[in-house]
Amino acid sequence: MSTSTPTAAQVPADTAPAIPASTAAKKQLTSRWASAVALIVALVWTIPTFGLLISSFRPEEDVKSSGWWNFFTDPSFTLQNYKDVLSGGSTGESLTTNLINTIVITVPAVLIPISLATLAAYAFAWIDFKGRDTLFVAVFALQIVPIQVTLVPLLQLYVDPPFNLMPLAGRDAPAGGLYELWLSHTIFALPLAIFLLHNFMREVPGELIESARVDGAGHVAIFTKIMVPLMMPAIAAFGIFQFLWVWNDLLVALVFSSPQVSPMTVKLVSLVGQRGEDWQLLASGAFVSLAIPLVVFLALQRYFVRGLLAGSVKG
Amino acid sequence: MTTSEKFFHMAIAVLLFYGVMAAILLLTQRLRSRNGERVQAAAFLGPSLALIGIGLLYPAGVTIYQSFFGAAVFDPPFVGFDNYTALFTNSQQLTVLRNTLFWVLLTPTISTIIGLVYAVLVDRASFEKFAKALLFLPMAISMVGASIIWKFVYDYKSGESTQIGLLNQILSWLGIDTYNFLLEPPWNTFFLIIILIWIQAGFAMTILSASIKAIPEDMVEAARLDGTGPWQMFRHITVPSIRPSLIVVLTTITIATLKVFDIVQTATGGNFDTSVLAYEFYRQSFVAGNQGLSATIAVVIFILVVPIVIYNIRQMRKLEAR
Amino acid sequence: MITTRTRRGVATLAVLAMSGLGLAACADDSSSDGSSNSAGGEAPGAGQPECAQLEQFGDLTGTTVSVYTSILPPEQQAQEDSYKVFTECTGAKVDYEGSDQFETQLVVRVKAGNAPDIAYIPQPGLLKTVVSSGSVVEAPQAVADNVDEFFGEDWKSYGTVDGKFYAAPLGANVKSFVWYSPKMFSDNGWEVPQTWDDMLKISDEMVDMGIKPWCAGIESGEATGWPATDWLEDAVLREQGADYYDQWVNHEVAFDDAGVADSLDLVGGILKNDDYVNGGFGDVKSIATTAFQDGGLPILDGDCGMHRQASFYAAQWPEGTTVAEDGDVFAFYLPTTNEDNGKPVLGGGEFVAAFDDRPEVQAFQTYLSSDVWANEKAKATPGGGWVSANTGLDINNLKSPIDKLSAETLQDPEAVFRFDGSDQMPSAVGAGSFWKEMTAWITGESTSDALKNIEESWPAS
Repeated sequence: MSTSTPTAAQVPADTAPAIPASTAAKKQLTSRWASAVALIVALVWTIPTFGLLISSFRPEEDVKSSGWWNFFTDPSFTLQNYKDVLSGGSTGESLTTNLINTIVITVPAVLIPISLATLAAYAFAWIDFKGRDTLFVAVFALQIVPIQVTLVPLLQLYVDPPFNLMPLAGRDAPAGGLYELWLSHTIFALPLAIFLLHNFMREVPGELIESARVDGAGHVAIFTKIMVPLMMPAIAAFGIFQFLWVWNDLLVALVFSSPQVSPMTVKLVSLVGQRGEDWQLLASGAFVSLAIPLVVFLALQRYFVRGLLAGSVKG
Repeated sequence: MTTSEKFFHMAIAVLLFYGVMAAILLLTQRLRSRNGERVQAAAFLGPSLALIGIGLLYPAGVTIYQSFFGAAVFDPPFVGFDNYTALFTNSQQLTVLRNTLFWVLLTPTISTIIGLVYAVLVDRASFEKFAKALLFLPMAISMVGASIIWKFVYDYKSGESTQIGLLNQILSWLGIDTYNFLLEPPWNTFFLIIILIWIQAGFAMTILSASIKAIPEDMVEAARLDGTGPWQMFRHITVPSIRPSLIVVLTTITIATLKVFDIVQTATGGNFDTSVLAYEFYRQSFVAGNQGLSATIAVVIFILVVPIVIYNIRQMRKLEAR
Repeated sequence: MITTRTRRGVATLAVLAMSGLGLAACADDSSSDGSSNSAGGEAPGAGQPECAQLEQFGDLTGTTVSVYTSILPPEQQAQEDSYKVFTECTGAKVDYEGSDQFETQLVVRVKAGNAPDIAYIPQPGLLKTVVSSGSVVEAPQAVADNVDEFFGEDWKSYGTVDGKFYAAPLGANVKSFVWYSPKMFSDNGWEVPQTWDDMLKISDEMVDMGIKPWCAGIESGEATGWPATDWLEDAVLREQGADYYDQWVNHEVAFDDAGVADSLDLVGGILKNDDYVNGGFGDVKSIATTAFQDGGLPILDGDCGMHRQASFYAAQWPEGTTVAEDGDVFAFYLPTTNEDNGKPVLGGGEFVAAFDDRPEVQAFQTYLSSDVWANEKAKATPGGGWVSANTGLDINNLKSPIDKLSAETLQDPEAVFRFDGSDQMPSAVGAGSFWKEMTAWITGESTSDALKNIEESWPAS
């Protein structure tokens, strides 16, 4: 070899085999430059929220008259906003009831649509039947129906269902109207869930399904034994979002929840008072309702660590 | 209702649901004939399709029907295509359409780019989990909370008074005149779009990050052995591999953007030329009580999505062909 | 075939009438002769003086009246406390439900045949809309008698649609107030102004002292602009008089009539005058982006002299602010420009509409329209912040100075009461173009363009 300087492309190629790919990648991607960019993005994304966090610990008068950054030059710290929110402010009813309502509303409103959507996505992806594509397109297109459009027709169905079914809304609704909430959230979640999960399902190599079919497995077996385990990261990802949407939903709750099952969002809005006089409470309220979703996100994060199909098939 | 009663109902609902689903699956499990396939497809799809039909298709039909009727809340008169002509001949509506276009063009692309770049940058970093949680945070905050957060960012007071808005405080520290961010069109629309980007980037990052992790290890390794640099790796390996996911994310955010009304509602109430179609729809329906016109706007939103649907179908066809 | 469902054993005719088919059938009109229904039996509170009016309804033990309202905590507690007497007198329970989406929800629920027994409707315009569904029942005679006795004709007319009386007034608020700092006024030797010109004189003196005399904020989410509509309504009442005002509200006078334009320019003399506004916030345009809740706060810091806003603005002062004639802030009546037009009072309030004529519902309507309830409510509101136009209300039962001032203003025999105009106009205007164009007017649109745009948006009917 001549002593000409190796080109840039050759240098890593010469040294690469010595290092496992993952660490090399780590080296490349966590270079200082990359970290700096990530840090800037993270900062820009976090500062507004950080400001709210600071505000939530400041007395009402300060919040309304000076910026939150004054907290560092002229600190005055109070837990009053949190006390007000947790004790229900001037309403006298504690927020705990509404927290329980939110949990009770959210759990089925996440589990049910995701299960249904996983089943439907499987059928759209791997069962052959006539009119499959047309149906799928229709489901996909229905994502765009704005929720507001559906509220009145749905409410009318709940109040006065056809065929003498049991009404789900109104004063004698079963479980205080919980069923209409679960049903509504399920309906609104399905099109997007089916669309997203279907796209992940399509990425599963066909040979995997084919070989299982050859071995005599039926759709149910393939679905439960192969698909669901493979889909776990995607299901977890969508689960998080559905959880957040239901948890933070205000519109559906306002329309369908009766006072005895009203979730935290409804309560927080009413805490602010009829004319928004206590809006400083929204800051602490936002963090009270943020705590649980954040824990859920961190808990489910481990599902994203493994590759979607890592270890199942070698591409 | 007591707490235990609520949890009891919750358990009943969940158990009932899984019980019924399990029964259906067990019953259809054994069918292997041509007809059996159909029955199985029906078992898998039936519940979802029934719910979507009742909860979305039927209201969508009602909406289209309503768009040919007048403004009265009860018993509106039939007006034919008047609402449609009103919508497209009103000068203010043209501004609304223009703003909607800005939203739809900017939000999905910028959110996706930020989400993607961030996902790649923090991938396999030691602080990955924490870094992702930071970008994810805005997704987890309710709209009510977000509106207060951004009030503290954009709030305006004249130069000499104490600022409570962060951006104007920064401006006055720099010795620049304070600026009323939400007042001057067309820039105010862009400041509102930033809020949605701030929310949606976390969604893009989460989905794309899951996709990046699915890129087979040996593909990356082979590329590395060929001496690919990080930029080429990103362009020739990462992006092509996650292309389907990118389309999904772009599509989802686009549709979400078309439906977003609460940002405009809380920040400007649609004043100062910031209104978008979804907000006009909401306003006509729930504030001004004009069912006919609001239904018409909903139909227009629906029509705007058609190209997106068509594009997605084409992409899917391409995948099938692979 | 529509099945009749029973709710607690009582057929809800409203469900029958509205069941999802959009058939706005006429509501049962068994009570349209003004007679009231009775459950029979002896009422639990029989013989007690405060129950006198309610005995005719008999024993209502075990029944429930559902109430739907936009009145949320903290005001909700006082509302519920004030129903105790009713419960003790009749044995009926009141099931209270507040919602901050009340206007929307009410329409949805009426459409779905899920109407409450009683709704407190804050706008005559919404009352008209809901009455048009055919599911509101006329008020019984006892209620009409109470309203004649305690409220007078102005108020009764707002609860009347097409000559039939449906809804008695409940609470009220006064919008023709100007908030100010009594200390600032006395320090500078200013008297509370008695005429519009006096008010402008004080404003000019403030300008000379380097204080911005006025502050305002009209940002209110999707209702942005409403405080400016109140300004214009007050000006029309003062400049053109109550009769003209009524014609304007009912569109017998065009919205861009010269009289309205003059009144709007009178408002512009203050709100669009860079020397006068916007104390503590910025220039004229900042009015449009200042939250209505914050609008008057600079008065506390001396950055602003006066803030025209309704009596309910009292709730916005931070904790620890004394609202009294000798306190940190107080209000005076917005002075008149023309003596020939009397003393017009612009205000708002709620009306009690019933969707059912069961005896317990009628009994509750009767109770709410009585002087007994008005005084009970005053006693149940120790913190203040509530007032009614009910002349049977003893002003001494009111706790806070601003409530007393409001009640005095409402009960003043000289006062010509007029309801907030935007609440009476069709919602396409009253909750649509009127708000929007006033906001645009603040940010630079001309008076003639703003009024012309509103006029063009008035629905043809």
